[in-house]
Amino acid sequence: MMDWRRERTARDARLARARPHADGKVVPAARVVDLLEAILQPGDRVCLEGDNQKQADCLARGLSACDPARVHDLHMVQSGVVLPEHLDIFEQGIARRLDYSYSGPQGGRIAKMLYGGQIELGAVHTYLELFARYFIDLTPNVALIAGVSADRDGNLYTGPNTEDTPTVVEATAFKNGVVVAQVNEIVDRVPRVDIPGDRVDFVVEADKPFYVEPLFTRDPGAVTETQILMAMMAIKGIYAEYGIRRLNHGIGFGTAAIELLLPTYAERLGLKGRIATHWALNPHPSLIPAIESGWVHQIHCFGSEVGMDKYIRARPDVFFTGSDGSLRSNRAFCQTAGLYACDLFIGSTLQIDLHGHSSTVTTNRVAGFGGAPNMGSDPHGRRHPSDTWMKAGQEAGGTGDPALRRGRKLVVQLVETFGDKLVPAFVERLDALELARKLNLELAPVMVYADDVTHIVTEEGIANLLLCRTLDEREQAIRGVAGYTEVGRGRDHAMVEALRARKIIRRPEDLGIEPLDADRSLLAARSIKDLVHWSGGLYEPPAKFRNW
Amino acid sequence: MEKLSFRHVTRTALPGTRASAITGVVASGNLEVLLERNLAPDACLVEIDTAVQGYGEVWAAVVADFVARRQPGGLTITINDGGARPDTVSLRLAQGARLMELP
Repeated sequence: MMDWRRERTARDARLARARPHADGKVVPAARVVDLLEAILQPGDRVCLEGDNQKQADCLARGLSACDPARVHDLHMVQSGVVLPEHLDIFEQGIARRLDYSYSGPQGGRIAKMLYGGQIELGAVHTYLELFARYFIDLTPNVALIAGVSADRDGNLYTGPNTEDTPTVVEATAFKNGVVVAQVNEIVDRVPRVDIPGDRVDFVVEADKPFYVEPLFTRDPGAVTETQILMAMMAIKGIYAEYGIRRLNHGIGFGTAAIELLLPTYAERLGLKGRIATHWALNPHPSLIPAIESGWVHQIHCFGSEVGMDKYIRARPDVFFTGSDGSLRSNRAFCQTAGLYACDLFIGSTLQIDLHGHSSTVTTNRVAGFGGAPNMGSDPHGRRHPSDTWMKAGQEAGGTGDPALRRGRKLVVQLVETFGDKLVPAFVERLDALELARKLNLELAPVMVYADDVTHIVTEEGIANLLLCRTLDEREQAIRGVAGYTEVGRGRDHAMVEALRARKIIRRPEDLGIEPLDADRSLLAARSIKDLVHWSGGLYEPPAKFRNW
Repeated sequence: MEKLSFRHVTRTALPGTRASAITGVVASGNLEVLLERNLAPDACLVEIDTAVQGYGEVWAAVVADFVARRQPGGLTITINDGGARPDTVSLRLAQGARLMELP
């Protein structure tokens, strides 16, 4: 006889072992280790919720305090490797194998541990890939998640940083897994139900509120004139020309400059209502002046941002909010929106090679991918047209019946030719290749592949790679905007001028951009304090951004 | 400190009549540019005082590109550099030339 209920029986056994440590579903913080040791079995696949922002830190500390004789050889499947405990458990022997997406702050340590063989790496994914694998071959046995509050039945309020939680819970709870949530407080009634209680097995009242990192706040005070010049080029040479209304921005200062020029420079160009109306974006404080000036119709968010809660609550026509009034974010849906419903992605990078491959890897850090490769790629499954998408497809060429030609998503790299300490952004060979060799990775960690990039914007000009017809043209188009880097100075001057005549390369003067406009007075807000004023006092910046 | 000097011949004089202009500030990562209209209409002299040694070749390239793009005939340009990146230098030179063209 086949046993069709082995997983269900195992789940029942886990719950039975755990129950003595709980009062109903509620577990005090002091019993976390007992709870986890009762639930977990060696070799389990575990999602220890580490999102881009929100961290299940109380459960992470608990897992790291488990006895490695009882809890060992876990296979961690989580999007963010962010907290020290996320890696401590590998040193302790509690965990052995890792599949993840993003490891920003732990990038250096993770590289060392991979090199030293302390972590058995499955793969580094994009967010959507890892989420997809949760439902196919990386389904968690146990999910350790975080929320703001829960009631005694386990109904969970995630707060504005819903992020990955619904995806993780969906995969775990509906496939015989056990879900444990840490919350800041147990309440009689949650403000809204983000996760229904029948999907949550235990609720831990954490010893302190979960940690959230303010990742998307860029101080307008630090925006440079070079970045303003590049933002003007992007607005006039790309946003206006293609009529980009649906878009996603990266998190750098260059894109913050674009956001701050919408109510000034773009307004002067008469572009209001014609560009930048619908967004897949975290609630960037630098977008407040554009929102307040009536530029933005709506924004769907991957996560939230520290200090933006009150402002978002007061702007429900713009943001997705719950019946309680606070933001509802959802990383899986927003990534899907960015991939299929946006016509442009624009972001920064650290290195671009002569083909246009780009990477944020340096030789001793494995920062992972996060969402950028999905945002920064042309989705071949897209079937709905838009003027922007069709125009880009036309520029990319192709033969045959126009009705059989697909459009193209615009993927724009916005880079200053030199980064910090005069490190060139344009290179003959990506550091990612050296890292892949050193760590024996099958794939070099490329953030955006050359065949997905459509434009490169630097302070020297815009290179339109869609219009290049040969690899040679492509290389010279890239060299032609690479400024005074070795790559830039190695250009074929005659060929670059020929590309300029064909509008494949365009300089600020070709776009009619006045260099005297590249001044900080063009920014709609020049400080965090200005952003607070624009928001009518609703934006409450975190302490580290307050200097008044 | 390093002193550099570049002399160029231009096809045309820079438009405008303004006698002099100044832009930028001497600060780390920035530069001050003084422009004076005091040479023959097809001559341009650029004199640089920089805090950073060893970038002569890059300066030569930045100045040559500026001269080719803006045709700043008639100008003496004096630069006080606090270690600005080439992109900042290019932007300041372009801004200085525009100031000299304005009425």
